Amino acid sequence: MTARREVWITGVGLLTCLGEGMEKAWEHLGRVDPPPYDDKSFAPYIVHQLPPMSFDKQIPKKSDQRQMETWQRVGVYSAGLALTDAAIAGNQGLLDHTDMIVAAGGGERDIAVDTAIMAGVRKTNQPGAFLNERLMSDLRPTLFLAQLPNLLAGNISLVHGIVGASRTFMGEESAGVDAVRVAQARIAAGQSELTLVGGAYHGTRWDVLLAFELGGVVLKNQFAPVWDRGPDGGIAFATMGAFLVLESKDHAMARGARPRARISQVLSDRNARKPGDAEATLRKQWNAVAAQVDRAHCAVISGASGLEPATSAELAVLKEIGLPVRNTGTYIGHGVDTQFMANLGIGCAILEHGKLFGSIGSGDSGTSPDGLRQLVVTGVGNWRGEGLALLERVS
Amino acid sequence: MAASKPTTSAYRDKAGRLVIAVTGMGVITSLGVGKEDNWAKLTAGKSGIRRISRFPLDSLRTTIAGSVNDVYKDYMPPAELSERIALLAGEEAIAQSGIGTKGQFPGPLFLALPPLEIEWPYRIQMAEEATPNGDAGYADLMRVARKPQFAPIYETLKYGIIGEHLADHFGTEGSPISLTTACASGATAIQLGVEAIRRGECQAALAVGADGSLTPESLVRFSLLSALSTQNDPPEQASKPFSKNRDGFVLAEGGAALVLEDYDHAIARGANVLGILEGCGEKSDSFHRTRSSPDGKPIIACMRNALADAGVGPQDVDYINAHGTSTPENDKMEHLGVSTVFGEHIRNIPISSNKSMIGHTLTAAGAVEAVFSLLTLEHQRIPPTINHQVPDPAIPLDVVPNAARDSRVTRAISNSFGFGGQNVCLVMTREPA
Repeated sequence: MTARREVWITGVGLLTCLGEGMEKAWEHLGRVDPPPYDDKSFAPYIVHQLPPMSFDKQIPKKSDQRQMETWQRVGVYSAGLALTDAAIAGNQGLLDHTDMIVAAGGGERDIAVDTAIMAGVRKTNQPGAFLNERLMSDLRPTLFLAQLPNLLAGNISLVHGIVGASRTFMGEESAGVDAVRVAQARIAAGQSELTLVGGAYHGTRWDVLLAFELGGVVLKNQFAPVWDRGPDGGIAFATMGAFLVLESKDHAMARGARPRARISQVLSDRNARKPGDAEATLRKQWNAVAAQVDRAHCAVISGASGLEPATSAELAVLKEIGLPVRNTGTYIGHGVDTQFMANLGIGCAILEHGKLFGSIGSGDSGTSPDGLRQLVVTGVGNWRGEGLALLERVS
Repeated sequence: MAASKPTTSAYRDKAGRLVIAVTGMGVITSLGVGKEDNWAKLTAGKSGIRRISRFPLDSLRTTIAGSVNDVYKDYMPPAELSERIALLAGEEAIAQSGIGTKGQFPGPLFLALPPLEIEWPYRIQMAEEATPNGDAGYADLMRVARKPQFAPIYETLKYGIIGEHLADHFGTEGSPISLTTACASGATAIQLGVEAIRRGECQAALAVGADGSLTPESLVRFSLLSALSTQNDPPEQASKPFSKNRDGFVLAEGGAALVLEDYDHAIARGANVLGILEGCGEKSDSFHRTRSSPDGKPIIACMRNALADAGVGPQDVDYINAHGTSTPENDKMEHLGVSTVFGEHIRNIPISSNKSMIGHTLTAAGAVEAVFSLLTLEHQRIPPTINHQVPDPAIPLDVVPNAARDSRVTRAISNSFGFGGQNVCLVMTREPA
């Protein structure tokens, strides 16, 4: 087995309701400005929307934008931000051997077509034949390409020129954690030098909200911080994109790239989520990194979604660990498979500033250590899957 | 069982890495369930393509498919059928491998799956509940979504649900990875398993590809992209890779599973080694969402990367399991690719397409065709490309037309090319080099 190599994050691309870039997110969090949630567009449901924006800067061709739906545009745009931040955008020599792991669910449906079919199909006594006829005549041929999960990666290849390995993982929060874990492990083992890892989530859509409301998990009526939504609370879904450039230290130093942070551990696991399961797995993950943690200069960035019982289960373990805790979901909402990467991106900003943002909600605890150098970033799934990473300041 | 890694006299590949053995395989296609049935029919040149009986065919340009009718029951949504296919293929593979104990597979799961979404019957049921006498939009569906009769739908929409069920059933270790790289997905699952074992993270991995997504909408989606054959009659003659009159692929279901294992570990426990996963290559294409770069560079680089990863040259390959979809574009580009990579030697290499008989099993194809490539190595018999009545003069390849052929095969490659510029190539042998 190849000796494990050091892995750096050399690029961060973040797009959330707090704006564009990790610095924008940091400014908002640092000022402890109110969380920008939207309780009107999908009332009574509460979501976190992106600010109005143009995608032209990272997706210059309108023809490319037309071939994508919002989740892909958000993803391709964020990927471009990360590549720019890592100073590899446009450098085809580097892009030729840049690998990619994307966490993504399916794309979006044509709400108008679905609605028309739902109306018409109930007025006919030949529903099967009606469905075929409408689908054949009403679906845009290229919509399929905006729905295939791997076409986010495909569009990133097309727009930004990444042509190394390309894999897309599916599966809610775990997909994001595993994407980072595999990307980090491949670089550590010498299977890759440079990997773009990330995801995009378009949670401010009826079809996405419906898929979750079937489980009764969408936050409605009253906004509250993630920790304080109670057993009847839920998830405030978000639209967001988050990409990271992971790179071997040697490769980064050889090309003079500056590290945003070192990503030294990424763990993922699962269990059947019987009572106590999530706590046991998270505790095991913490124990695996605890020896590397300098408690005086470390804090936890939690990715808890606000859904119970997972949120309380996580908080119970975080209390045992006893490090200062901050949750980001109260501000940026929940982007499911993208949340873990978003939190690693925000984590990079926190490490650069060497301090935590102010607390919000009952689960945020502790004061910012002086000279913050390490972050434990959690990714406990709202339904399944537990993840944890150790992020460290370089030098 | 001795799980410790031998430190001396252990097998290593040319790059000094662990050798990856395949010790168990399972496969399901429209031809049947299991390796034995599939191999018998495949080498007899039988087609599994038939007229679709699962839903009405009005208004559809394509009315045929390679449906897995042996597993499908009543109304089974794609998520359920895909899971069932993955489970049966996985059971066959693990039983053959004899690894672990029942319900305790000693390694991770890599699972290639089609994306999941709410199916039309559910959407319509919700609309009826929301507004019995009027039109319903998504906001109306939201109002009734929490009603108990719809609760069972919720978990079926989780992208991770099938992986969770299979992880429980097989007792695989760690977080199951569900993945998609479109039509290369099955090969990507294998590649992820190979990489994990080479990293020393595990000594075995279960790689599965499954696709049971024949629905009106999936058929329409490919149909609108003009990707499907419309030569519906007779169904079994529609898929004709490398023929001049080829006009598209035939959508199909299927699945396969492979137990990948550190060769030393397999030998130490006395396992029967079915073949070696010698190398994997990958190269993305940045030309177009559905078409290959006209110069073929990405698929050429993909095959060359695979050969380099295996530490072998073009002259060392004596069979190509083609992606061979039967679309005008793919088969032309694959010919350009293999004739560039293999040069003059391509005249000596048989290249056949399993898809002529089983159709394009999409997400599963890379895994299904890896299993068939390994069976080709095992039996020293090459399955044919059937329906090869009108050769394409622009594709002068030995496609093993219409009848299986006994042949010495020591090393095979299997190609998988997918929408979104996804290209994966696997190199397989019978014995470690």
